[in-house]
Amino acid sequence: MDRSSGRGGSAGRKWAVELCDATPSSSVRDVPDPLGYSRSSLELEESTPGKAKKEIDASFKQAKAWETAQAPFKNLFMIGFMMWMAGNTVHLFSIGITFSALWQPISALQSVNKTFEPFKDARTDTLLPKLLFIAFNFVGLGLGLWKLNSLGLLPTHASDWVSTLPPPPSVEFSGGGVPLF
Amino acid sequence: MIKGMRVVWICSEALYEDQVGVWEWHQQYIGKVNHAVFQTQGSGRKRVIVATEENAIASLNLRTGEVYWRRVLGDNDSINALELVTGKYVVSLSKEGSSIRAWHLPDGALVWESLLQPSLGAAASLIVLPVDINHDRANDLLVFSGSLLFAVSSVDGNIIWKSNLESVRKDLVIKKLSLASEGTLTGVGFSETSGLVTVDIDMRFGEIRKVSPVDVSKALDTSELMLINDVAVALDSSLTTVVTALIKTDGDVKIVETSLADLFSGDVRNSQILQTNLEGAFALRVNDNVLVVKVDSATGQLSVLEVMEGRIVLSDSLQVVDDKHGVAIVQAAEDKGSSGKFSLRVVYADSWDTFAVKESVTLDSHRGLIKKVFLNAYLRTDRTYGFRVLVVGEDHSLSLLQQGEIVWTREDGLASIIDTWTSELPLERDRHAVAEVEHDLADWLRGHWLKLKATLLLASPEELAAVQALRLQSSDKNKMFRDHNGFRKLIIVLTKAGKVLALHTGDGRIVWSLLVPGLRSRSNLANTPVRLMPWQVPHRHALDENPIALLVGRSEDGHASTGILSWVDVYRGTELRSLKLNFPIKLVIPLPITDTSEEQLHLFIDNVHKAHVFPATEESLALFLKHKSNVFFYVVDKEKGKIVGYSVKHMIDNFSRRESDGHVFHTEAVWSVVFPSDTEVISTVVPRDPNEAVHTQSKVLGSRDVLYKYLNKNTIFVATVTPKAAHHIGDATPEEAGLVAYLIDTVTGRVLHRVIHPSMQGPVHAVFNENWVLYHYFNLKTYRHEMSVIEIYDQNRVGDKGVVQLMLGRHNATSPVTSYSLPSVEVKSQSYFFTFSVKAMTVTSTARGITGKHILVGTVGDQVLALDKRFFDPRRTLNPSQEEREEGIMPLTDAIPIFPQSYLTHVHQVEGLRGVLTVPASLESTSLVFAYGFDLFYTRTAPSRIYDSLTEDFSYSLLLITIVVLVIAIFVTWILSERKELSEKWK
Repeated sequence: MDRSSGRGGSAGRKWAVELCDATPSSSVRDVPDPLGYSRSSLELEESTPGKAKKEIDASFKQAKAWETAQAPFKNLFMIGFMMWMAGNTVHLFSIGITFSALWQPISALQSVNKTFEPFKDARTDTLLPKLLFIAFNFVGLGLGLWKLNSLGLLPTHASDWVSTLPPPPSVEFSGGGVPLF
Repeated sequence: MIKGMRVVWICSEALYEDQVGVWEWHQQYIGKVNHAVFQTQGSGRKRVIVATEENAIASLNLRTGEVYWRRVLGDNDSINALELVTGKYVVSLSKEGSSIRAWHLPDGALVWESLLQPSLGAAASLIVLPVDINHDRANDLLVFSGSLLFAVSSVDGNIIWKSNLESVRKDLVIKKLSLASEGTLTGVGFSETSGLVTVDIDMRFGEIRKVSPVDVSKALDTSELMLINDVAVALDSSLTTVVTALIKTDGDVKIVETSLADLFSGDVRNSQILQTNLEGAFALRVNDNVLVVKVDSATGQLSVLEVMEGRIVLSDSLQVVDDKHGVAIVQAAEDKGSSGKFSLRVVYADSWDTFAVKESVTLDSHRGLIKKVFLNAYLRTDRTYGFRVLVVGEDHSLSLLQQGEIVWTREDGLASIIDTWTSELPLERDRHAVAEVEHDLADWLRGHWLKLKATLLLASPEELAAVQALRLQSSDKNKMFRDHNGFRKLIIVLTKAGKVLALHTGDGRIVWSLLVPGLRSRSNLANTPVRLMPWQVPHRHALDENPIALLVGRSEDGHASTGILSWVDVYRGTELRSLKLNFPIKLVIPLPITDTSEEQLHLFIDNVHKAHVFPATEESLALFLKHKSNVFFYVVDKEKGKIVGYSVKHMIDNFSRRESDGHVFHTEAVWSVVFPSDTEVISTVVPRDPNEAVHTQSKVLGSRDVLYKYLNKNTIFVATVTPKAAHHIGDATPEEAGLVAYLIDTVTGRVLHRVIHPSMQGPVHAVFNENWVLYHYFNLKTYRHEMSVIEIYDQNRVGDKGVVQLMLGRHNATSPVTSYSLPSVEVKSQSYFFTFSVKAMTVTSTARGITGKHILVGTVGDQVLALDKRFFDPRRTLNPSQEEREEGIMPLTDAIPIFPQSYLTHVHQVEGLRGVLTVPASLESTSLVFAYGFDLFYTRTAPSRIYDSLTEDFSYSLLLITIVVLVIAIFVTWILSERKELSEKWK
């Protein structure tokens, strides 16, 4: 889930000076490349020590992508179990769980592309995993909404729209009572 | 678990020990004093025992006026006489002489009580005999009324003998008794057939020795008779001649007639013998003069001692030393008491001309005239006699005067409050001066420091006491301007004496008081105050205009009764103007219309059902004409058992246009509800409070369904009972009794709901709030009190609108409704047993009506009990479902539980509780409660607990200190972490 952890230990340090860095991800990208130098060809060349290795890498990436896409599905059971545990009364615990169940899919959906960025290359097909990922997250979102509704927090009843209606004024006025004498 | 929580929740309403007296106050009063006896002999505490018009007996500290003890008798148990016996008891005779009770002087304990059967309708008198009849070493008592005499032992209240003169002569009424000689009582009275009669009675056995009619040539006025040293004095029936009868020991009677014209030069028509016991003399009122006439006991000759003009009050004569009797005379200064200046004289009755005391006293002008004087003597250090007098003012206040000074004053008129209203205090005009703040700063800091220590449990007991004292005298609650929470208000009360007082809710002190000049009775006019209502409540001009209260009174001059209006400025406490109307006021109806000067329009209905609109300005007329077709009123006729509704018709043009008539309109009866007179009499009529705030018209159930409340303000609750069961419990058998409850629309006369409770009877107390009515009555079958609740719901408010339409606001739920549309109401009701009988019942009111409601019940023990409305929910069932439990519906029980903690009055009693007023504070959670009877009690209550403000004991200093400490901690840790990081980087 955590994308930064996959990129090595650079996040552990605050700063670093790489005096002889030539990798594309280095911090000296600002310096323009020399004339006639093609970075992409270098990258391709660099990452192809052999055809076989390339193939393995691609299928590995593909497998990883599918794995990532299926991750929310496993999560769904966990969320469902927690929801069942929380019960249908409105209190801090059930609200917390419901809102985290809503927030997780939404934040995941917002960062679909980032999630699949590491697997993105010419040979890996990320579209289908992405769609699956989105679908699972929608199921999670639906679960959250269903829970919200069963908690009674969704304005789906007439009572939710009329509960603050002020009393209607009367056209007529009438007063009186028992005479004073 | 929910039930357990509920109990905890209810208990948590109770007060903590240190909260007592912080925001509530309690004041004790006794009422208008009619009788007073002093106990100043001996070394004990000096006190005066008083009996009042409101049937209270109280012992007051003579030095401070503070109440030692007070006993209140029943409503119809009015006190006829009060006497001290043997220096230990005070004996009261009450209920026209039918009950005589002895009270222990130091603590007011009832020592004995005897019930006598006197002749009804006759004035009863009590005499302490100078002898001991039954040899129990205590002088005994004699009670006489009409033709009956009783000798009562002062030790145990046993009747020693009873003598009925009716056996000797019918229609004999004994007026006065005297101890003629050893062992014989001489009574003088009137008999219809023969005029004056004297009776000799044996004192030991009550045997009637002799009844002798006295021949008087003239018919006598039988209203008053004086007996002065064996000389009976009465007026003849034309009130122009004084008849004196010398009763000699041998039984002979010598009649002397003296014409009043000989005694007094002037008009002598309206003469009257004053009910005053003077030694050797009697007092006579002739027109506006008071004559003190000396009676020569040997010859029966009369001689005028003094003629006094104006408003004179005489005290009974008091034996100072053996042969000297003092009389106090109070005379209003020239300007008829409006300045409060009086001259007080104490004269010796025997010589009359030597003044023991002559001084001028000044009472506050709002006390009016002095109505009663009681004289008491004390021995000065130089062995001469000094006098103190107890005076009862026109406003029913009680003051002790000594040496021309007022020693103390009690505002006892507050025991008879007729009507109440509350007003906001003025807005704060200018902020505090800086110096004042600086002066307060040290105190403020000290207070907060002490509070902080108390919160942290570090304070010593003395400091805790200081904190408590600070809370009690918090000057904040007593300021004379509005506060943000709306706790500071003026409670305006109107008393029976026609006095208006403004009480501050902070500590209950009297801000101002006014004996309303327009309501003061004059010699030929008896004015009675009736109502107090708001006239002008400025909102737009709140800074420069004062609220005005309207007082409605009734003026009777013997044959006709008319209305009087008086307007009082609520901040200044002055009468702005008063108006004597030309018509009697049958009803006063404040209309929900205000003119540009924010004066509320009022409709006055006279005895012929003409409607008078006030204020009588062109603007109010125009406003009223605009709303006229929608204005209705109803009149409840309890005697005829009907309710008639009227509509306002055209204006009467040719009516003589005077300001005191207002704008006069014809009215027409449009509907009437007639109750069958042989089965129903009207017991209670309760309308909805026109000013109550209702937050919403819908009620959402646990199942998320909606019920729409029927909130038509023109609805009244009427309870009728069978005529047999209309009075006392026990008059009717369960089969004969029955109670019918109605909900009636007062515009159309439509009966919205009717429910019959067989075997139930009144008295019925009811509250009508929002869409529910709660009423209290007596169940004759189970012999318990019951309460029933009716909730009314409107079924065609919104109709079958879907969620989307409601979401888009496509409904007419907030458009004005008319009573003429056909309502389809659904009624839910339920009944519960209730432990107490009820003296008053009301409901809490809050600013916006969001907070839950408590029903405030004035119990038979003179306490105010707060009951949660949720106990009176007709949707309660034996086993509420989970949903209903979540909604807060309690399982049904047959009786309403009463928790000791839910008494708002906690340790106090509001003696003789008559009414409870609830006023919303600005803070939505809080409602102010003012209960009145003999006592006044004020507190504030939060039915759903205080959810919108921090509690009073919240320690702001602790919060501040915590914040400061946290900020410092953040800085310190930040600096530390910076350093650590730096050093790590250098590694």
